[in-house]
Amino acid sequence: MKIWIFTLVALLVASLSVAMAFENDSPLEDPLMESRARDLAKEIRCLVCQNQSIFDSDAALAKDLRKIVRERITLGDDNAAITEYLVARYGDFVLLKPPIKPKTYLLWFGPILIFLVAGYTVLQFFKNANKVGRKSTSLNSLERKRVKELISDTEVE
Amino acid sequence: MNKSRLYFLLPVIIFGVLCIFLLRGLSLDPSAVPTALTDKNVPIFDLPALDDQTIGLASSDLGGEVSLINVFASWCLPCRVEHPLLMKMAGDGVVALHGINYKDESKDARAWLDELGDPFGRIGADRDGRVGIELGVYGVPETFVIDQSGRIRYKHIGPITQRDLDKYLLPLIEKLNQ
Repeated sequence: MKIWIFTLVALLVASLSVAMAFENDSPLEDPLMESRARDLAKEIRCLVCQNQSIFDSDAALAKDLRKIVRERITLGDDNAAITEYLVARYGDFVLLKPPIKPKTYLLWFGPILIFLVAGYTVLQFFKNANKVGRKSTSLNSLERKRVKELISDTEVE
Repeated sequence: MNKSRLYFLLPVIIFGVLCIFLLRGLSLDPSAVPTALTDKNVPIFDLPALDDQTIGLASSDLGGEVSLINVFASWCLPCRVEHPLLMKMAGDGVVALHGINYKDESKDARAWLDELGDPFGRIGADRDGRVGIELGVYGVPETFVIDQSGRIRYKHIGPITQRDLDKYLLPLIEKLNQ
C-alpha cells in the first residue's frame, strides 16, 4: 500500500515539474496580454509536430510563432487579426479547431447526419419487425387447418 | 431486384465507398501541408546576401521569369539529398534558381556550398526565420515555384526527387514558360 502512495505522489510531482514550452519564453510584462497569448497559443497548431499546439511544443518554429503572437499582441492586434495572419500563411490547418465554413460543414455536421440516418434506420427496422410479428401471431382458419394437417402428418410418419 | 434486397446491399456499398477513401488515405502524406499562398503574390521581403560571394534576394528580384526558390540550411540533411538535383537543374539552365538560407550561420552555409556546389543565382540569408514564416515555411527543404508575375504557383515540401521533378516541377515550369 505504502509503495502505491509513494508512486502516486512521485508521478504527481513529476507531472508538475514538466514545464510547458510556453513558460520557457520570456513573458510579456502585462499579465493580461500574456494570458491572451497563452490562450491563443493553445489554439495554434505546431506544424512541425502537428498534434501539439505551439503552447506545448519545443520545436523552433513553435517558438518563433509564439514570439510572433506575443509581438502582435503588444502591437495591439486582436485575436482574430493574429489568427488571420497565421491562416494566410499556413492555411486553416494551423488552427487546432477547424473553422465552420461550407468546406467544413461535412466535417462538423457529418457525424450528426450519420447519427440521424442510423437512428431513423434502426427505428424503421423495429417498426417493421413489430408489424411482421403482430401479423404472424394470428392464423386464419385455413392456416390453422393446414398446420393441424402437417402436425398430424409428421406424427404418422 | 426488390426493395429489401437493396437495403441489404446498402451497407456493402457504404463499406466499399469507405474503403476507397481509406485506400486513398494510405498514400497521402499527412505531414505535407499544402501552402495557403498558392496563386498569391510572394510576400514582400528583402534578405541580405549570405556573404560577399553572393547576391541577396528580395521579393522585387522575382518575377519577369519563372523561378524557383529553394529554402535550405546546412544543418538540414534532406537538403543534402536533393542538392545534386539542384546542381543539375542549374547546369541545364531550365529555370532561374534562388536560395533562401534558413536559420543558418553564414560560414556553415558557405562551407556547405563550397563542398556541394552552389546552384543558386541569388542567396538571401534568413537568419531568424522571419521571412520563412512570411512564406509559410515549416520545415526545410521547401521549394517554391514563382511565375513571371511574381506569384507563388506551387510549393514542394521536403527534398525534391527525380520523380517530383519529372512529375510536378518540370511540367509546371514548362507550362508557365509557354
